Order: sequence, then C-alpha cells, then structure tokens
Amino acid sequence: MTETAISIKDRFLELGIEVPIEDIEERLDKLANKFKVPMDEAKRSVVNYFLKEHDIARSDFYTSQDYGESPVVNVADITEDGKWVSVKGKIVQLWDNDHESISQVGLIGDESGTIKFTKWARDDFPDVEVDKCYLFSNVVSKEWNGKIEVSLNKNSSIEKIDEDIDVGTSTVNFTGAMVDIQSGSGLIKRCPECNRSLTKGACTDHGKVEGVYDLRIKAIMDNGVVTQEALLNREITEMVTGITLDDAIAMAADALDQAVVLDLIKNKLVSRYYTVTGPRLDRYILVDSIEQESQVDSALIDSLLAEVEVA
Amino acid sequence: MAGYFREVARRIFAQEFRESNLTFKDGDDQYAPQYLLTPTGAKVNRMFIVGTLTEKEDIGTDSEYWRGRVSDPTGSFMVYAGQYQPEAAQALVECETPAFVAIVGKPSTYTTGDGNVLTSVRPESIQVVDGNTRDMWVLDAAKQTMDRLNLLNGDGADAVKAVEHYNPDVEHYRGMVKQALESLKEYQ
Repeated sequence: MTETAISIKDRFLELGIEVPIEDIEERLDKLANKFKVPMDEAKRSVVNYFLKEHDIARSDFYTSQDYGESPVVNVADITEDGKWVSVKGKIVQLWDNDHESISQVGLIGDESGTIKFTKWARDDFPDVEVDKCYLFSNVVSKEWNGKIEVSLNKNSSIEKIDEDIDVGTSTVNFTGAMVDIQSGSGLIKRCPECNRSLTKGACTDHGKVEGVYDLRIKAIMDNGVVTQEALLNREITEMVTGITLDDAIAMAADALDQAVVLDLIKNKLVSRYYTVTGPRLDRYILVDSIEQESQVDSALIDSLLAEVEVA
Repeated sequence: MAGYFREVARRIFAQEFRESNLTFKDGDDQYAPQYLLTPTGAKVNRMFIVGTLTEKEDIGTDSEYWRGRVSDPTGSFMVYAGQYQPEAAQALVECETPAFVAIVGKPSTYTTGDGNVLTSVRPESIQVVDGNTRDMWVLDAAKQTMDRLNLLNGDGADAVKAVEHYNPDVEHYRGMVKQALESLKEYQ
C-alpha cells in the first residue's frame, strides 16, 4: 500500500502539487482495509479525490505515459473486443462513407492480414492516404456485426512511417451448408478493359463492350450461427461443379440462355455441406480450396449422445 | 443497404418446429423481419432442413399450390410452395417421393379457428440430395439444438423469452435430440 501511495504522490509531484503522503495513505487505508475496496479501485478513488481537490483534469493525470503505449500487434492477433493496441500497417482501402460522424473508414493491413479501422469526425486527426504506411497508436478493438475492427479515439495517434509494408492475407476456414448462390454467378461476361462483370452486356465504366466469358460462383455459406459469403473463381468452380468453361458456353448456346448454367450449378451445390479455405477480403472469402463434407463425424455423434444422457 | 444482413438459416427438428407458436418482429417498422421463436430459444427467420419428402400434392384450386411433407427423425415439416415460390414449386413438381430433399425457407404460421398455431415452411429452394447430406444435417441440427438447450437457462434475450413463453421441458427436448442421434447410429 505504501508503494501505491508513493506512486500517487510522485505522479502529483510531476504535476507540481505536493500531497502529503499521510493523507494518501489514510484514504487508501480506509477504503482498502476498512471498506474492503480492491486496491486498484481504492487507488482510482483516491486519485480522483485529489484531482478534484486540486482541480486537475483527469486527462492530465492519466496521460498515456502513465500506462505506456499500447503494444504494436499483428492485425491477425486482434481477436478480442475492447483491447488497446497499436497497429503498424498500410492503408489498403478507404471506403466511401456517408456518415457525418465518421471522418474516414477503411482497411489497414500488415504482414498478417487486414482489419477495418474507423476514424471519427470528433477526433482531429490528419487524413490518411491509400497505399501509405502509418502507425496507429493506442486504438481500441471492438466487435461490430460479428467482425473485429479497430477504432481511433482521443488517446490515439497517427504517425506516418517511411516503410513499405507488404500486406499479407490471413487464410480462414469456414464449414457450413451452401444455402444460396447469388445472381451474377455461373456463366458471366467480363469487360475486356477492366475485368468487371457486365450487366446486360454493359460495363459500368466502359459501356457496351464485347464481353469475355468467365465462370464464377458467389456462394452464401451458413453454419446455423453466422453466414459467410464466398467467391469461387473459374478454376475452383470448374473443379467443384465438374463443368468447364467450354461446357458452360456450349450449354448456354444450346439453351439460348446463360441462366441454365446457374440452374445446374445450384442443383449440384446448394444445400450441401462444404468447407472453404482462403483469404478473407471484406465480406468474402476468396476460395482457394473447397471440400464437400459428406462423412458424418461419428465421434461427434458419440460425444453428443454422452452429453444428452448425462443430465 | 445500410443495416441489411442476411438472416442465418437455423437448424431445428420437426418436433420442435411443430411445438413453436410465438412469432414477433424486432421493431415496429413494416419491413422489420418476422421471427418465430422456438421452445429452445432459436430465433428463426430462415431455416435449413434436410429430410425425406414422403408425400406431395397439388392442393391449389385456380393455380398450382403444392404441399409437401418432409420427415426427419423427430416428425414432419409441412412445406407449401405456390406461384410466389416458382423455383421451389417446380422442384416439388419434379421430385419423386420418397426422396431426400434439402430446403432453405422461411417459417410461416397459421392460427386456426380454435386458436391453435400451425407452423409450416415456405421454401426458397428445394434440392434433391443424398443420404449423407441428410445424416450431416441430422447431426448438425442435434448439435445446434444441444447448444441452444445449454444456453436456455442463461440470460440471452432469446433464451429468456423462450423460457417465459413456453416454460419448456428441457428433458423433453433432450429426449428428442437423443432419438435423432440414435437414429443415426442405427444405420451406420
């Protein structure tokens, strides 16, 4: 307790105020021993009392040096809500935002992956730029819509750094039933200029163009707890459906309708259980590999049976 | 698209679905999604079921309206598909009985004259699947039902609401899960 009292006294001395050690000890002793308040809470309470007494702002007392800078961590390791961390990375994307309380929102990434960040309008930070690297100090992780992001606050700081950070991607797994395949899947045409998919034969940027055929699947996976969107490129689509791009083009030509390909793919895939693996990008998993789950896990049956019978 | 998110497809056994009768909306907005709360506390706006289509019948008068009966180890789901579910209705037409089918759909309820609530499924998609997928689902539904039962006495909003409304007999639903799991063992 004496140590705590001394640390409080020292901190006040730094702010130019002499608080008698006996006063601090007396108050601490009363709270901690007589009223059985935990020492952390007692310390907080005593500090608050003297702050008020001497009319000092709390933010002057609790400067970041008091707690030290939050450790720099890999973004892939930010998995818990409400942690103070620092992130060193490159701005991968900035998103449009139409919310007036948000000044900037986007993705920051380091070697381990990317994470969404939010910079609020209430804080006065310089704007960040895409493809530049920054150190975000003292940001707080929070869970929003089932995903972890980091949020800047008044104790944070942004520092531009002269390093080039390679943004890595973290690979994730998801197992569940494929409950739907979205429109824009199956046999599609892409713009030869920008590779974007065409709607009604037109590209949003380049207008009416002669499209290039491609196969892809935008799948919705669902494990009963959360849903996950997954993107399957041509190679993966051909592998999992057994339909090649040439087959698909021939089928569509026969039927005079591209939609037959999507119907066939839906019949083959929807409602089956799959495990998909790949890097996560925004709300999608870019699927590197997909495996159908068709073997019932008998160990799980047994353990569930045991659990049912215990009670 | 602010605030939009896709509703998760819950896994519920037929028996629990039949014993559900509480529907509600989150909020007063006319477009707020409708939910069915089940006795084990599943908040269902979309469901995924796999079972055996045992019967199908066109019960429509003017236009086609198909009713199917899909059986799982604990009971049967009633499935209704008409002109507003063209893909699902077509799938029902083409499907032979019996067959294993997988259905993604929305729960729907009907209150009879004497106040009973009947539950049925309005399918978004119906696929013919194999027996392995069916077994995978039974295990999946068993696992998720157990998970819900384990949370039933906790302070989650759905659990509290379910306990308040149904005062469910946990043993009854454990028995249902057990029955489903044992049926999986029999055919192995």
